[in-house]
Amino acid sequence: MIEVENLHKHFGSKVAVDGVSFIVKKGEVLGFLGPNGAGKSTTMRMVTGYLPATKGSVRIGGADIEENEIEAKAKIGYLPEAAPLYSDMTVEAFLRFAAEMRRVPASEIQAAVDKAIETTFLEPVRHQSVDTLSKGYRHRTCFAQSIIHDPEVLILDEPTDGLDPNQKHEIRQLIRRMGETKAILFSTHILEEVEASCTRAIIIDRGKVVADGTPEELKARATNAGTVLLRATGLAGSGIRTELEKLSESDSVDVIESSDEGITARISPAKGKAQKLGAAVSGLCKDKNLTIHELKVEEGRLDLLFRELTKRDADK
Amino acid sequence: MDAFITLIVAFAIPTAIVAAIFVGLLFYVLPREVRTIFKRELKSYFTSPIAYVLFVVFLGISNALSFFFTGVLEGGEADLFLPYFQYLPWYLILIAPAVGMRLWSEEQRLGTMELMLTMPLAPWHAILGKYLAAAVVLFTMLVLSFPIVWTVNYLGEPDNGVIMAGFVATYFVALCFLAVTSVISAITRSQLVALLVSVAICLVLWLGGLPHLSEMLMNLKGGWLVAWPVLKLVNMVGVMPHFTELAKGVLGLRDVVFFISFIAFCLIATSVAIRLKRA
Repeated sequence: MIEVENLHKHFGSKVAVDGVSFIVKKGEVLGFLGPNGAGKSTTMRMVTGYLPATKGSVRIGGADIEENEIEAKAKIGYLPEAAPLYSDMTVEAFLRFAAEMRRVPASEIQAAVDKAIETTFLEPVRHQSVDTLSKGYRHRTCFAQSIIHDPEVLILDEPTDGLDPNQKHEIRQLIRRMGETKAILFSTHILEEVEASCTRAIIIDRGKVVADGTPEELKARATNAGTVLLRATGLAGSGIRTELEKLSESDSVDVIESSDEGITARISPAKGKAQKLGAAVSGLCKDKNLTIHELKVEEGRLDLLFRELTKRDADK
Repeated sequence: MDAFITLIVAFAIPTAIVAAIFVGLLFYVLPREVRTIFKRELKSYFTSPIAYVLFVVFLGISNALSFFFTGVLEGGEADLFLPYFQYLPWYLILIAPAVGMRLWSEEQRLGTMELMLTMPLAPWHAILGKYLAAAVVLFTMLVLSFPIVWTVNYLGEPDNGVIMAGFVATYFVALCFLAVTSVISAITRSQLVALLVSVAICLVLWLGGLPHLSEMLMNLKGGWLVAWPVLKLVNMVGVMPHFTELAKGVLGLRDVVFFISFIAFCLIATSVAIRLKRA
C-alpha cells in the first residue's frame, strides 16, 4: 500500500508539487490524471524514491522511502515515463538482469522471466536486441521489468503511451487484473483509461490535487451530470418550456427544437438536484398528458470535469 | 626453458593474485547487487566494440612507441623501466577516461539511471559495480601487454621484479584516472564531455606531481599568494611521485595508501554528484 502525505517538490523557485496527499490500498487502482506539466511524473519519481521530496513523506507498505530506502524500494515495480532500457542487451537478458536486481531468488529467475514475457506478449522478440525494438515492444519490455518480481506496489507512468489500440486494451485489462491483488498507481492523460481500469482517480493541476474520487463520483461532478434530454409532444413547445422552467429541480432549459406540437430540449439541473431532475421531468409529462418520445438522463463526462478543473487562465 | 618457467611464474602469480582479489571482492565480500551490476557492465564492454578498439589502440601505441622511439631494442641492456613505464601513464591519461566515460553518462543519456536508482540497492552498490567492471577492462589491457615483457626476457635478463612493480604502479595510476572519470561521467550525460574533461583533469593530476613543480613552488612561496595554495594542492595530489616510487620496486605503504584513498575519495564524490543530479 502507498501512503503519500503532504508531498512537496521545489525546483529552485519553481513549485512542481504542492502538498499532494493520497493513499492507495491493496486492491485499488488509482488513476493519476492531469495536464502535461501538472506534476504527475515528479510525484511518481518521489514515490519511487528517485527524487528526494522537498517536504512530506512517502511510505510503501509501511516503510518510509527515505529512511528505509531499500526495504521500501524492494516492494515497488516501476515503469518510468520514457521506458528506458539498456540498448546493448536482448529482451531476455535485460529481464534477467532486472530479476536479479529485484532480488528474485536465482532458482526462480527463469520462471519469472518466462511469466513476464508471456504476460506482456514479448515472446516474438525474446532474443532480439533492445535497440532494434519498435516503440510498443520497448514499452512492454520496460513494463515487463516492473512486474518481474511480482511487487506489492506498481507505479506506472503512462503505461499505454505509444501502444496501438489493441495493445492499449490488453494493458488496461492487465492493470485491472493485477489491481485485484496489488496497489497500483498509474498516470495517464487518456480519460477513457480511467473508466476502463481505475477504482479511483485523482486529478492534479499545478502541483495540487483538485479532485479525488471513484470515476462515478468524478463524473457526477461534471457540469453536464444529470442533464436531461427530453423530446415530447402534446402541447405547444413554448408552453412545455414554461412548465419545465417552473420545476424547482431545473436550472435552465436549452431548447433544441420547438413547434406547435412539442419540444426537444436539454434541461440542466439546479444545484444539488442532479439526481432528481429526471423523475421530476417525467412526472411533469405525466401530469400534462404529454407523449414522451425520448427522455435521457446524461452521465457526467470526465473530459468536461477535467477541462473545468485544469483550465488555464489564458483559455478563459 | 628455465627462463621461460621463471617468466611464467613471475607474471602468472601476480596476475592471479589481482584476479583473485577481484573474484574475492565480488563473490565473497560485496553484496549480490554489486556483482549483478558488475556482470552487466563488463558484458556490455565486450559486446560493444569499445573494449577491443581501446585494447588495440593502447597496445599499438604503447608497444610501437617503446620499440621504435624509446630504444628498448638498442639499449642492449634490457631495462624496461625507463623507456616503457615512464610513458605508460601518458597513454593512460587518454585511455582510462575512454574506458570510463560511459560509466554514468550513458546511464543518464538512456534514462536507465531512473531504473537503476529505484531498484532496491544503495547507490554505492552501483558505483562500485560499475567501477570494478571498468577496472577489469583496464587490467585485461595491461595483461595483454605481456608480449613486451616476453620480448625483453628473450633479449636479455631483466629484473622481472622491477618490471612487475612497474605494472603494479601503472595499474594504480590507471585506477586513479578511472576514478576521476567516474566522477565526471556522473556530472554530464555526454560521453564526449566526460572524456575531454576527464583527460584534462588527469593531465593536471599527472603533471601536478612533476618534481620540478615542487621546486618551483618553493621559489614562489613568497610571491603568488593566491595561486600558491591551488598549486600546492595540485602538487599534493599529484600522482607522479607515488607512481615513481612504486615503479622503482619500493612497495611503500605511503604510496599504496595514497592511491587507495584517492580512489575512495573519487567514488564518494561520484555518489555525491549522483545525489546532486537527482535533487
